[in-house]
Amino acid sequence: MAATQEEILKGLADIVNEIAGIPVEDVKLDKSFTDDLDVDSLSMVEVVVAAEEAFDVKIPDEDVKNLKTVGDAAEYILKHQD
Amino acid sequence: MTSKIKPSKGAPYARILGVGGYRPTRVVPNEEILKYIDSSDEWIRSRSGIATRHWAGPEETVSAMSVEAAGKAIADAGITPEQIGAVVVSTVSHFHQTPAVATEIAHKIGAGKPAAFDISAGCAGFGYGLTLAKGLVVEGSAEHVLVIGVERLSDLTDLEDRATAFLFGDGAGAVVVGPSDEPAIGPTVWGSEGDKSHTIKQTLGWDAYRTTPVPGGDGPEARKALDELRFPAITQEGQAVFRWAVFEMAKVAQQALDDAGVSAEDLDVFIPHQANMRIIDSMVKTLKLPESVTVARDVETTGNTSAASIPLAMERLLATGAAKSGDTALVIGFGAGLVYAATVVTLP
Repeated sequence: MAATQEEILKGLADIVNEIAGIPVEDVKLDKSFTDDLDVDSLSMVEVVVAAEEAFDVKIPDEDVKNLKTVGDAAEYILKHQD
Repeated sequence: MTSKIKPSKGAPYARILGVGGYRPTRVVPNEEILKYIDSSDEWIRSRSGIATRHWAGPEETVSAMSVEAAGKAIADAGITPEQIGAVVVSTVSHFHQTPAVATEIAHKIGAGKPAAFDISAGCAGFGYGLTLAKGLVVEGSAEHVLVIGVERLSDLTDLEDRATAFLFGDGAGAVVVGPSDEPAIGPTVWGSEGDKSHTIKQTLGWDAYRTTPVPGGDGPEARKALDELRFPAITQEGQAVFRWAVFEMAKVAQQALDDAGVSAEDLDVFIPHQANMRIIDSMVKTLKLPESVTVARDVETTGNTSAASIPLAMERLLATGAAKSGDTALVIGFGAGLVYAATVVTLP
């Protein structure tokens, strides 16, 4: 069953916490991965791959650069999940 | 009429008998790289784990570094140079396409007249060479094969590209592969993904620099804008390569373990291509390697030396006592092509 935006945010928060050690409560839709959450370009790849698995969605390399904020990622997943 | 042809007679199995390495004398810290790019030591370390690398001087040519590494590998193997039946050199940074640098190296180490040739398989070059060597020994075309991975990647580094200026290093690593009564080099899991060739590449081909008449052209059309061309360098799409290296190569590494019938618990040493510490760390995590496995992290002080990185790391692990002769090691190389090669070996 497709996840809601709320579920996606919670899932992303857990992933960012696991990969970058950022407290779950700091991961909000308006936060920038690189500027606010200290997720660098390589950690971002790990976040993307973990999100692909968690939400059964494909996020190709060329789309990764457009995911600036947690909200961008949540929206992308919402739109592309099966 | 069809005559009966006598086949060659090879060894039952092959093994790595000895390893040797050569690192250029000049050590280049991150501070020196910062003369060329707007970055910081902290940024470089956090993105790559690299603190220093070796850059070759004018005398430390591809050939000269290889001769040094080969001499050590031959001594370590306990054989004489005359016993080498074939020399396989993997490099992407020897600027003469012909003749193969392998022939010069074979001559300089005093190997007589062995078969000698170069291969081009980027950062998977060592695994490709090792696989060829195993085949030659078992098939019987050579009793001992010298496999060399050697690079002067500083010559193909764009020092003004802040994404790669700090990445590459120079050096040579060599192994001698010879006969064995027991299997000591497992099945190779290797392949290529040419659809991703654009993700790591040399910016320009040598033909871009042509100043003499073009065959089939109208006349002496010497290129006029040579001064606008930058010298070729290796570039890469960092995120795409990182994803492929960590997640796809972990599957290849796992397959190599499975094919060799070795579990992660039985493994002593993991020697991945030394591309980037972040890739190494993520691979170890993805592969769920137990803490008992010694992981090569030579990239910190050697940088990415492409085809040379695995034998250099292997030599250092053995020299420092972090690994010992007889240990079971998983080796995996991956890079431009994209190409990859993984296998399980018994360390010499």
